[in-house]
Amino acid sequence: MASVTAGYDPFATSGAWRRSRAKIGVYIVLAVFAAWYLLPLVVVILNSFRKLPEIAANGLIAWPESFSFDGWTQAWGTYCVGGTCEGMKRNFYNSLAMTIPATIISTAIGAVNGYILSKWRFRGSEILFTCMLLGVFMPGQIALMPWAFILGKLGLTNSTSGLVLIHVVQGISFTTLFCRNYYLNIPDDLIKAARIDGAGFWRIFRKIILPLSPPILIVTVIWQFTGIWNEFLYAVVFSSGRGQPITAALIALSTNGTNVRNYDVMSAAVLIGALPPLLIYFFGGRYFIRGLTQGAIK
Amino acid sequence: MASLSVRNVSKSFGAVEVLKGIDLEVAAGEFVVLVGPSGCGKSTLLAMIAGLEPITAGEIAIGDRIVNNVAPKDRDIAMVFQSYALYPTMTVRQNITFGMESRGVPKAVQNVAVERVSNLLHIEMLLHRKPSQLSGGQRQRVAMGRALVRDPVLFLFDEPLSNLDAKLRVEMRTEIKKLYQRLDKTTVYVTHDQVEAMTLASRIAVMHQGQLQQFAEPRVVYERPANMFVAGFMGSPAMNFLPAETVSAEGGPGISVANGAEAAVLKMTGGSADRLGQPGRQVVLGIRPENVTRYDPERRGRRELGLLEAPVEVVEPTGAETMVVLRVGEKEVIARFEPDDAPRVGERVTLAVDLAKACVFDLATERLI
Repeated sequence: MASVTAGYDPFATSGAWRRSRAKIGVYIVLAVFAAWYLLPLVVVILNSFRKLPEIAANGLIAWPESFSFDGWTQAWGTYCVGGTCEGMKRNFYNSLAMTIPATIISTAIGAVNGYILSKWRFRGSEILFTCMLLGVFMPGQIALMPWAFILGKLGLTNSTSGLVLIHVVQGISFTTLFCRNYYLNIPDDLIKAARIDGAGFWRIFRKIILPLSPPILIVTVIWQFTGIWNEFLYAVVFSSGRGQPITAALIALSTNGTNVRNYDVMSAAVLIGALPPLLIYFFGGRYFIRGLTQGAIK
Repeated sequence: MASLSVRNVSKSFGAVEVLKGIDLEVAAGEFVVLVGPSGCGKSTLLAMIAGLEPITAGEIAIGDRIVNNVAPKDRDIAMVFQSYALYPTMTVRQNITFGMESRGVPKAVQNVAVERVSNLLHIEMLLHRKPSQLSGGQRQRVAMGRALVRDPVLFLFDEPLSNLDAKLRVEMRTEIKKLYQRLDKTTVYVTHDQVEAMTLASRIAVMHQGQLQQFAEPRVVYERPANMFVAGFMGSPAMNFLPAETVSAEGGPGISVANGAEAAVLKMTGGSADRLGQPGRQVVLGIRPENVTRYDPERRGRRELGLLEAPVEVVEPTGAETMVVLRVGEKEVIARFEPDDAPRVGERVTLAVDLAKACVFDLATERLI
């Protein structure tokens, strides 16, 4: 523990040069790691704007010498996959039609569950919560067979509604956990005061709990949206062809039967598939961190 | 305005019995303070009166109506919480009107009520603020306003002053007393602070370990505490307890207190004197600090005084009075002296004990004789 005996702490001791030297070091390390993580994204973005012959000539990882939107337009609307030439457009809409309702419904159920499990405890509610918590740790593939059975019974096989149902149910563990733990920080006295004031279960939820909830609801929505959008296993298993969400459809791009690798289209398609979660991250990321670290009552 | 009856009420959480058969009859318009150390069950009892906790056994009636199974909102009560429990996302006005909103009171009536209460509590300037923008004392006022606005039959206070600093606490205590004198509403007030209990209550209910120890006027609780717990809990500094034995002194009842080598024999009059019984009974003599002072020969005869000689161990001036710790036998005795008259450490003082105010407890049962 030489550093301890030396007592050198670059952020605590004075000396402008030593301090800035330490800071530069830190930034170099951070920059290297950031570059390492961002490089694949950069390659994909660049390739999506290059022309295919140029990619073929110069290789996948090269500085672009051509520029075109062809990859994007094809990937979005005209590229032929599995006999239809509609690009990823339809699958993108499928993903939206699956992710938006599933996110809203699972978050809403999680909020109500969390409200009940934190503020209206009943005999056995803790046991119930522990059981729900199990869902957080359960790998998705365990539920494949039961879901196949249930979707079959309900007549929801191969439908977006079926995937919505799956993601709502699978997501409840997480949304409940998030909301319940957040609501635990809301003082019980508020609920008691509201009960004496004449407010009932739903009125307390709407007027007192929900107005305090934006931080955790933002966290939950971001979590659910990215999770459901990026989900692959259920998408592949329980949908096919034109009904597939974009994550599943991307597979078809690489197995389209011809030997030509359309790297420009593939890059653009991958980016189209990644765009919504990225946008959510760019616009909601700071709320995500704030919501996770901030208590209910300032 | 309504009376409140708590009849043989018990409460258990699982196997733990926190309230053991409490009986409390509160007359209409009374200000009753439930006081006791933490964990004595006073807050639980209040929560049961409010309907926030179910009753394990017994019954609670507000007025003539038994409310065991009546929801809090239908009991026509208002409650002020220790944490104030102001709704953080609402303005002060919304906080005050929330109850009326929930009950569908017309807006015009709400506005009149808000105006009345905000004038009463001087919070007109705060109506548009959020609770987070208020100081502790202001929050306290708003919490009171929320309770007052509904004009309920019963007011419940759960340690409403505990979160305030010492100075503000005393101010708000006076305010609450003024408000009560103006409104004259039946009130149940929970506190662990015996000074609050003494100053506010028309009657005090002292609780300990889930049982009601005494329920009486502040003066009675202070001067004739039912047992040693009440005697020790009420009053600060606490009552002095000296082990003693009943004897006969000058032909009347007396008690003998061990004081070093010899024993001081005190002739008892008034209070417990007639009930002391046969000589030789083991008892505890309870004397409040203000009833022990320096013996002044000129004042002799005006009161029944018992004399004790004791060395001074500690002198604690507080400004208005000086507390002096003396050693009597094995025990320490705290006496209240005039600051001008305070002894020095090490001095031997002849103490005069006002026996008319002394309490005698049975050693075994700890009850007042």
